[in-house]
Amino acid sequence: MIRFLLRRLLVAMPTLLLVVTIAFFMMRAAPGGPFASNRKLPPEVEHNLEAKYGLDQPLGVQYLTYLGHVAHGDLGPSLKYQDRSVLDIIREGFPTSLRLGLSALIIGGVVGMSLGVAGALRRNSPGDYLVTTLAILGVCIPTFVTAPLLILVFASSLGWLPTGGLSDIRSYILPVVVLALPQIAIISRLTRSGMVEVLGSNYVRTARAKGLPERSIVLNHALRAAVLPLVSYLGPAAAGLITGSLVVEKIFTLPGLGRAFVVSALQRDYTVVMGVVILYASLVIGLNLVAEVIQSALDPRMRLS
Amino acid sequence: MTGAVLAPGSREGAQAMQTAALKGRSLWDDARRRLARNRAAMISLVLLAALVAAAAVGPYLTPYAFDQISKDDVWAPPLVHGHLLGADSLGRDLLCRLLIGLRVSLAIGVVASAVSLIIGVAWGATAGYVGGWLDELMMRFVDVLYSLPFIFFVILLMVTFGRNFILIFLAIGAVEWLTMARIVRAQTLSLKHMEFVEAARAAGLGGAAIIRRHIVPNLLGPVVVYVTLTIPGVILAESFLSFLGMGVQEPLTSLGALISAGAVSMDQAPWLLIFPSLTMVGTLMAFNLIGDGLRDAIDPKDR
Repeated sequence: MIRFLLRRLLVAMPTLLLVVTIAFFMMRAAPGGPFASNRKLPPEVEHNLEAKYGLDQPLGVQYLTYLGHVAHGDLGPSLKYQDRSVLDIIREGFPTSLRLGLSALIIGGVVGMSLGVAGALRRNSPGDYLVTTLAILGVCIPTFVTAPLLILVFASSLGWLPTGGLSDIRSYILPVVVLALPQIAIISRLTRSGMVEVLGSNYVRTARAKGLPERSIVLNHALRAAVLPLVSYLGPAAAGLITGSLVVEKIFTLPGLGRAFVVSALQRDYTVVMGVVILYASLVIGLNLVAEVIQSALDPRMRLS
Repeated sequence: MTGAVLAPGSREGAQAMQTAALKGRSLWDDARRRLARNRAAMISLVLLAALVAAAAVGPYLTPYAFDQISKDDVWAPPLVHGHLLGADSLGRDLLCRLLIGLRVSLAIGVVASAVSLIIGVAWGATAGYVGGWLDELMMRFVDVLYSLPFIFFVILLMVTFGRNFILIFLAIGAVEWLTMARIVRAQTLSLKHMEFVEAARAAGLGGAAIIRRHIVPNLLGPVVVYVTLTIPGVILAESFLSFLGMGVQEPLTSLGALISAGAVSMDQAPWLLIFPSLTMVGTLMAFNLIGDGLRDAIDPKDR
């Protein structure tokens, strides 16, 4: 187990390095720079600014310098916001995105799995068809459709909830619901198809023959195997959710990481963009690893070696 | 040389056709029969055909042009001044814009899926068939791209090359091929050791020719299913871009751009949000149900 983790971390390093490299050079290939926007600066000032952040160096030198800093855990200063480091900006945006994403994921997981199990247990019943239909609808109605519609009903018309911004806990309700709906759809679908397959397998029949109570068969024996595909879906999905949903943050004007990322990319705030990319890539790699460990715990055939 | 390479393949193809004739019902016949019995998929097929027809010829039949601005029709509600679905903030006919938007979204969906199909199949089949260090290298590359945020790619492409219509196709297609490559590789790995591939190799066929003539045709089933599911994914991706203001540019429009504009003005003109949303959901739903139906038809073990 420990050896497996160590080896995985060793493999993760070059992967992360490649991600950083691709992102770095793609970002630099884009025309324009952090100081070349709306108000034209005098050339001397622009040159001084570039010298201050080392942007006047050859690209290769900049790249190596950047790698050196990152290796020491230093993501550098923001190029657009005076006196703020990339870490500051991540620290400001990340908690909001994390709260939103985690809540949506937990709601999606609990509701989605319950619906999926219920559908699989009463296969081809009206309830099952309802679950399947809801699952397809949930995948086909994009967040940028549900969000304005929910705002129209619950915020503009009924006035129960705020239309946007982040004032109190109620501001989270609509964004979380919007983010959770597609998750419920996908998770219920994955759970249902997993359960249907497992419930027809021989070892479930054996468990039935032994006279185990249905409850124990479903919860201890079947569900354990049925959630395997779900776990591998959840790894990357969780990374995407907690680093912020661009659309939901935009519609509800929430100060999350997703919005910070788009703004920085458009303004060529190189260091902030790189910082978010590194955070995202590390999360994807880390959560995939967690998913693998969980899978191996659930399924002895996938024991780690 | 080419003749020598082609000969065994075509002979085998003729043989396969003969066996199919003897059996009477081929795999594809069975699949078609199963698909025809799937009511949701058949309704979706009809709906999709109607949507495609509407997008293709509809804009020519409406009394207004999609970019025709009219001062008198600003915010005209549905059924006023001959605007069946109303008009937008510039008095442009929503029905016509909706049909044009549908056309653009469908086109992007199909073209970008084709891009992802070509790259994904070539990449996955090569990696899977050649194997070894090349496989390791190619799939590691896919893993790396997976851990880059999608939107990052697209934003960069948009700012590097300008907001170009064709580029949206390419950008989305270039991202969507990753899953296709994984599916194709896994399938190729299992095909590679089949006897007919060994026979082709024994007959002296080169690696590239085996991939082209024997591996790729046998990948058709899962690939067709995945493409039908990629198209709605691409339409959705383009809509996200348009919603963030990075997709199709005015006066041209797409479903996503229409919804985005509708969301801004939903308080005074809810029809601008509702009709594009319904069209979008209907289109995505049709593709998804057809894709599900195809999967059940081609690979019925999960039904």
